[in-house]
Amino acid sequence: MINWLANPARFMRLSARVVPWCGRAAALALAVGLFWSLVMAPPDYQQGDTVRIMYVHVPAAWMALSVYLFVAVASAVALVWRHPLAEVAAGAAAPVGAAFTFVCLATGSLWGRPMWGAWWVWDARLTSVLILFFLYLGYIALANAFDDPSRGGRAAAVLALVGVVNLPIIKFSVDWWNTLHQPASVMRVGGPKIDISMLAPLLIMALGFSLLFVALLMVRMRTALNERRAMALRLNAGAIPDSRPGRGRALSAHTMVP
Amino acid sequence: MAAFIGLFRRDLSLALRQGGDTGLVIGFFVLAVVLFPFGVGPEPDVLQRIGAGIIWVAALLAALLSLDRLFEADYQDGELDLLALSSLPLELAVLAKCAAHWVATGLPLALTSPFLALLVDLDPGSVATLFASLLIGTPALSLIGSVAAALSLGARRQGVVLSLLVLPLYIPPLIFGAGAVEASAAGNGARAYLLILCAVTLAALALCPWASAAALRQALE
Repeated sequence: MINWLANPARFMRLSARVVPWCGRAAALALAVGLFWSLVMAPPDYQQGDTVRIMYVHVPAAWMALSVYLFVAVASAVALVWRHPLAEVAAGAAAPVGAAFTFVCLATGSLWGRPMWGAWWVWDARLTSVLILFFLYLGYIALANAFDDPSRGGRAAAVLALVGVVNLPIIKFSVDWWNTLHQPASVMRVGGPKIDISMLAPLLIMALGFSLLFVALLMVRMRTALNERRAMALRLNAGAIPDSRPGRGRALSAHTMVP
Repeated sequence: MAAFIGLFRRDLSLALRQGGDTGLVIGFFVLAVVLFPFGVGPEPDVLQRIGAGIIWVAALLAALLSLDRLFEADYQDGELDLLALSSLPLELAVLAKCAAHWVATGLPLALTSPFLALLVDLDPGSVATLFASLLIGTPALSLIGSVAAALSLGARRQGVVLSLLVLPLYIPPLIFGAGAVEASAAGNGARAYLLILCAVTLAALALCPWASAAALRQALE
C-alpha cells in the first residue's frame, strides 16, 4: 500500500476522483451535524444553550490531536523510507491541524467565559493545547525556513517527532492534574458518559470534521505537487541557454513532463 | 571515551577563551532581571512574589541566546562533517557539546542566581531552592536547545526560527523550576517539584541526543 501510493502521478489520478466526493460528504455531514447540534439537540440542564459550543469544540480538539499524530506518522515514514508523498502529506496537513487547534482554543475560550468566568485559565489541559499550537507554528516556520524545500521538510519532520512527547501529556492532563477542564466523557474506559441525544450529533460533527480534513489534505497535497512540478519546469527552462527566445523554454518543458 | 573528553575540553576551552560567551550570557541574565523592578515597580512584596518566575524566565532567555553558538561555527567551517565521519557516534558528540555548553552557560547561570535572588528579595530558603532548581534544570535547557539548534542550522532568519522552536519546549522545565521556588516560599516543600524537574532533565538526557543527531545528519546531507 505504502509503495503503491508512492507514485505522485497515481496519487493525482486517484485524488482527482476522490476529492469532490469527499468534499460533498463533508459538507453533508457538517450540515446535518450543525442543524442537529444547534437546533434539535436538547440544551444542557446546567449549562443551557452554551453546551452547543461543545459540538464544535470537542471535534476540533480531537482533530487537533489526530492531525498532529498524522503529521508525526507521515514524518516518520518520510524520514525512514524517503517516501515522496509522505513528506508532502505531512507538510500539507500541518496548517490544517494548526487551524483546528486554533478553532479549539477559540471556542474553548468563548465557552470558558460564561462557564468559568474567564476567557483563559492556566490549567494543564489549556496550556498543553497551547503548546501544541506553538508546535504546529514551529513546524510550519521550520518547513519554510530553508531555501531548499526538501531540507525544510526533513528538518520539520524531526521536529514533528520530537513534539509527539506532548500528545500523551494533552490526553492525560485532565487525569494527572486537578484541572478546571472536565475529564474525558466520550473516549473513556467503560463507555461514553454522555446521553445519546447529545452523543449522536457530536459524532456526526466529528465525522464531518474528519471528512473535511481529508478533503482539505488532498487539495493541499495536489497543490503542493503541482507547485513542485511548476518549479521543476521553471528551473529546467532556466538551465537551458536559450539563444532563440521562447524556443528552449518550450522544448525543455516538453522533455521534463513525464 | 577519549574522543568524548577531547571534544568536551575543546568546546569548553573555545567557549572560555573566546571570552565573550559566558560573560555575555551572564550580563544578559543580570540585565534582564534588573529590568523587571523598573517595569513592575520596586515594592518588595511584589518582587518577592514574582521574583522566582522572573529569574527563571531570564535564565531561559539567556540560555536561548547562547544556543546558536552550539553547532553554528562548526557547521560553517566543516568541523561537523568531520565529527559525523569520526568513530565517535554523533549522539555522544552531541552529548559532549551539550555538556560543554552547560558548563559554559547553565552552570554560571545557576551560580549567579543567588545574587539576583537578593535583588528581588527572596527569603533564604527560597534562594537555596532556586539555586537547586536551576542547577537541576539548566542541563535540560542545553539538551532541549541542542535539538532546536541542530534543526535550524542553515535556516533563513535562524535566530527567530530557533526561538520559535525552543521556547514551547522550554515550558515544562519553567513550570516545575519556578513552581519549586513558589512551593518552598509558601512552606509546602519543594521536593516534589524538584523530583519532577529531575525527571524532565533525565528524559531530555535520554532522548535529546538522538533527536539532535538525527537533525544534524539531515543538515549535513
